[in-house]
Amino acid sequence: MAAHSRLHDPHAAEVAHQFEDPEQQREADSLGMWTFLVTEIMFFGALFASYVIYRSLYPAAFETGSHLLEVKFGATNTAVLICSSLTMVLAIYCAQTGKSKSAIITFLVLTMLLGAAFIGIKLHFEWFHDYAEGLVPGINFNLAKYGSGVELFMVFYFFMTGLHALHMVIGLGILTVLVVMTARGRFSPRYYAPLDISGLYWHFVDIIWIFLFPLLYLIGGRYTHGGH
Amino acid sequence: MSTAVAEPQHVPSGSQVNYLNATYGIKSWLLTTDHKRIALLYLASITLMFFVGGTAAVLMRFHLIEPQGALVQPETYNKLFSIHGIVMVFFFLVPSIPATLGNFLVPLMIGARDLAFPRINLLSWYIYITGAALVLYAILTGGVDTGWTFYTPYSSTYSHTHVIAAAVGIFITGFSSILTGLNFIVTIHKMRAPGMTWFRMPLFLWAMYATSVIFILGTPVIAITLFLLGLERILHVGIFDPAIGGDPLLFQHLFWFYSHPAVYIMILPGMGVISELVTCFSKKRIFGYSFVAFSSMAIAIISFLVWGHHMFVTGQSIYTGLVFSVLSFLVAIPSAVKVFNWTATLYKGSISYDAPMLYALGFIGLFTMGGLTGLFLASLATDVHLNGTYFIVAHFHYIMVGGAVMAYLGGIHFWWPKITGRLYPDLWARIAAVIIFFGFNLTFFPQFMLGYLGMPRRYAVYPAEFQVLNVMSSAGASILGIGYLIPLIYLIWSMRYGPIAGPNPWGAKGLEWQTPSPPPTENFEEIPVVTEEPYNYPGTEVPARG
Repeated sequence: MAAHSRLHDPHAAEVAHQFEDPEQQREADSLGMWTFLVTEIMFFGALFASYVIYRSLYPAAFETGSHLLEVKFGATNTAVLICSSLTMVLAIYCAQTGKSKSAIITFLVLTMLLGAAFIGIKLHFEWFHDYAEGLVPGINFNLAKYGSGVELFMVFYFFMTGLHALHMVIGLGILTVLVVMTARGRFSPRYYAPLDISGLYWHFVDIIWIFLFPLLYLIGGRYTHGGH
Repeated sequence: MSTAVAEPQHVPSGSQVNYLNATYGIKSWLLTTDHKRIALLYLASITLMFFVGGTAAVLMRFHLIEPQGALVQPETYNKLFSIHGIVMVFFFLVPSIPATLGNFLVPLMIGARDLAFPRINLLSWYIYITGAALVLYAILTGGVDTGWTFYTPYSSTYSHTHVIAAAVGIFITGFSSILTGLNFIVTIHKMRAPGMTWFRMPLFLWAMYATSVIFILGTPVIAITLFLLGLERILHVGIFDPAIGGDPLLFQHLFWFYSHPAVYIMILPGMGVISELVTCFSKKRIFGYSFVAFSSMAIAIISFLVWGHHMFVTGQSIYTGLVFSVLSFLVAIPSAVKVFNWTATLYKGSISYDAPMLYALGFIGLFTMGGLTGLFLASLATDVHLNGTYFIVAHFHYIMVGGAVMAYLGGIHFWWPKITGRLYPDLWARIAAVIIFFGFNLTFFPQFMLGYLGMPRRYAVYPAEFQVLNVMSSAGASILGIGYLIPLIYLIWSMRYGPIAGPNPWGAKGLEWQTPSPPPTENFEEIPVVTEEPYNYPGTEVPARG
């Protein structure tokens, strides 16, 4: 949330009235984002904990559920997200080292494109497909075919990837604001805090996916013959 | 930008311009980013919610005058105690001291112009209002009957009341807690005035910091838990309902992972207030500053490890129960450290019995009783007997009403002259404090006895043999209710007619007393430089630490 306060500030380059100097403001903004990310970890943490408990209660059903997901799309998306983290870092680096506005904007737009690609793949190749297969709990889940354990897996799959995708969408909104701010010449090597802390957020969302991918797609010894 | 409305850049020295009269009009309040005005917005909102929850309590106590129930249908009684619990816990006690006194005082006490993120602070109030509106909607359109704990599968499958609206309201309000906690943590870390080291901070700030840690770590978990509850209720998938493959114990684990620390969200700020009151009205340095400070942090940390003591009889393993029992005993240690240190601070102090001090002394006694009876419940064997009885109700009301509400009122009375610039009628305030103390004890002490004798909580009817104690409790509740109305009247009266307070009517230490009352919008004309320990009252100075 710290990001938002800075992003919508029409006088971002100046020091807000409550701060003594730019350094104090920068440190406060940064700590604010880190604190916010701690709450995010607890958010997802509750879900991860619930996932772990139900996976230990219904190991077979969770493996079956996992096998219904397409690893190739999950893996592609993992690569897409890692690349987007790289372009995000490059955008910050460009601001830090005083490169041109267009360089910063290029990397920001690339980050957005990769983020959008992630959501596109998720939506088009995975969620739509899941819907066609009758795998969406509460909407069209085929209980007779898959059973309630798989349904529970699908609840966690959709809730966790859905919450993650929501964070991606919010990230795209933040990036849009950053592009506008860059175009207006707000950033300089002396002041680029909004880029910096938005980057923290973007990387955090990536890291969440790094944990989601194996937990949802790779369980159940899919690639070890005779796995349990 | 509208946010500039409430922020005059230069307050001329010695003038009467302050945060209250710097700008006028409803817009200047609803769009303010001044932490002091936001504190007042919160004060008005939570006072409203307090009387909503209080009304439900009055109706319940009236109903329980007769064994077969004097007033309402059993279904309505279920809704009354649910509304009372939900409103009082999530919409009064959790935000009470942090959102009002905390918002007002954190920047003043550390010598800052505002919190680190003033607009996020305003946002948190709007979030609170949205959540509160939803819960009021749920109440007005028929209520909720799940209790404030929303235990599954009753809440997710069987209840036909407005569970979703209430849960969404609590979910939303949680974000206001998170944002307040985030703001306090960043502000306390980064915005302290020159010389304001961590160990020169008033203990109220240590309490606020510890509370904020719980806010940011605990609240997300209850949010997700309520979300899962909503999912199960809407989609009919087996998350918590055992009939369709869910695990109802998981709900209780997740719920209490937040809701037990939430008890410390309610009491830690109160402890911070008491440290300020006891030192000011004994005119003495606090006994064992660092012990009191670190005990706040210890309580915050241990509070996350004791949630299973709510589940001794719900089917968790006996070994889990043992561990949770031991950990629950541990949390009594830092709490006791505080009580002993306040008492030692009183020793040989120049004690004056102004109204805030009456609340503080009441707090120490009532909190001690609430805490000690908590040990009964942390013991496995006695808990089996007392669980689900009025003993529990009495225990946590001694902590939450005898503790948290007493401290809240004590704090409001202590800082009222700073907030409004006016004094309230001292005699009335002392009378009200005494009425509240006696009304409280008459209400809740009989409930200890009822619980010990076996009367279960949450029932609309009871055996005739319990009537005498129930009538005593209801009589106490009437006295308590009057006790709460008196301050409402004279505090509002004092805003207009009270004598001018001056900057420091109590002769208290602390930066907030060195600026005019009410403070200017920017708090300090010049950011102060701190050169001494807190509570350095004349005649009790102690050589610097170490």
